[in-house]
Amino acid sequence: MPVEVRIPTMLRSHVGGAATASVDGATVREVLDNLVAAYPALVGQIVTPDGTLHKFVNVYVNDDDIRYLDKLDTKVTDADSVSILPAVAGGS
Amino acid sequence: MLEMSTAVHAQMVTHCWAGLPLEACGLLAGTGDSATACYPTANVAESALVYTVDPKGFLHADRDAEARGLTILGVFHSHTHTAAYPSPTDVAQAPDPGWHYVLVSLADDAPVVRSYRIVDGNITEEPVVLVR
Repeated sequence: MPVEVRIPTMLRSHVGGAATASVDGATVREVLDNLVAAYPALVGQIVTPDGTLHKFVNVYVNDDDIRYLDKLDTKVTDADSVSILPAVAGGS
Repeated sequence: MLEMSTAVHAQMVTHCWAGLPLEACGLLAGTGDSATACYPTANVAESALVYTVDPKGFLHADRDAEARGLTILGVFHSHTHTAAYPSPTDVAQAPDPGWHYVLVSLADDAPVVRSYRIVDGNITEEPVVLVR
């Protein structure tokens, strides 16, 4: 069953401008793999080549940061909303 | 150009003062290049030299903006002692070339608010136009 994935503004041009995508997967990793398979321009932007979450990307399942759940192995169902958000940081 | 309502401007500057002695940050939302909503967030770096927008604050801002038909169009943060100009760190970590990057300098008693585009490492200042 598909999961709703919220796409951050800076990646929307890679998914034809969409703000959300409906993607199959039982874990966050599967959902992201399927998302990238559907939109190859996303390769390397969310998950690094060695299969870990990019340092400057945060992924939430509903209100929970996956880094505090099971990371990319966090299970998801079609009732969940997966949000991809860039890290927003800087300094003086 | 970045248009900003006076309410957003006031909310943004107030949040920056309230964050002292640390850097403060938040998100701006609206439509096109017009900021009509301000989402102050926590600075989870808790530093006077660097900021990191609380990811959960970003999540809630994103959802709330969407519910109101708005888009997150930029980020603001304060420089507690330096000028309202993007630092090398700001440029290196700018996440979205489509965003407006607003700096609020608290170096003097009168806060200085300036806005920039940061694209491929290039900084271009743009006017901030207040809308009453």
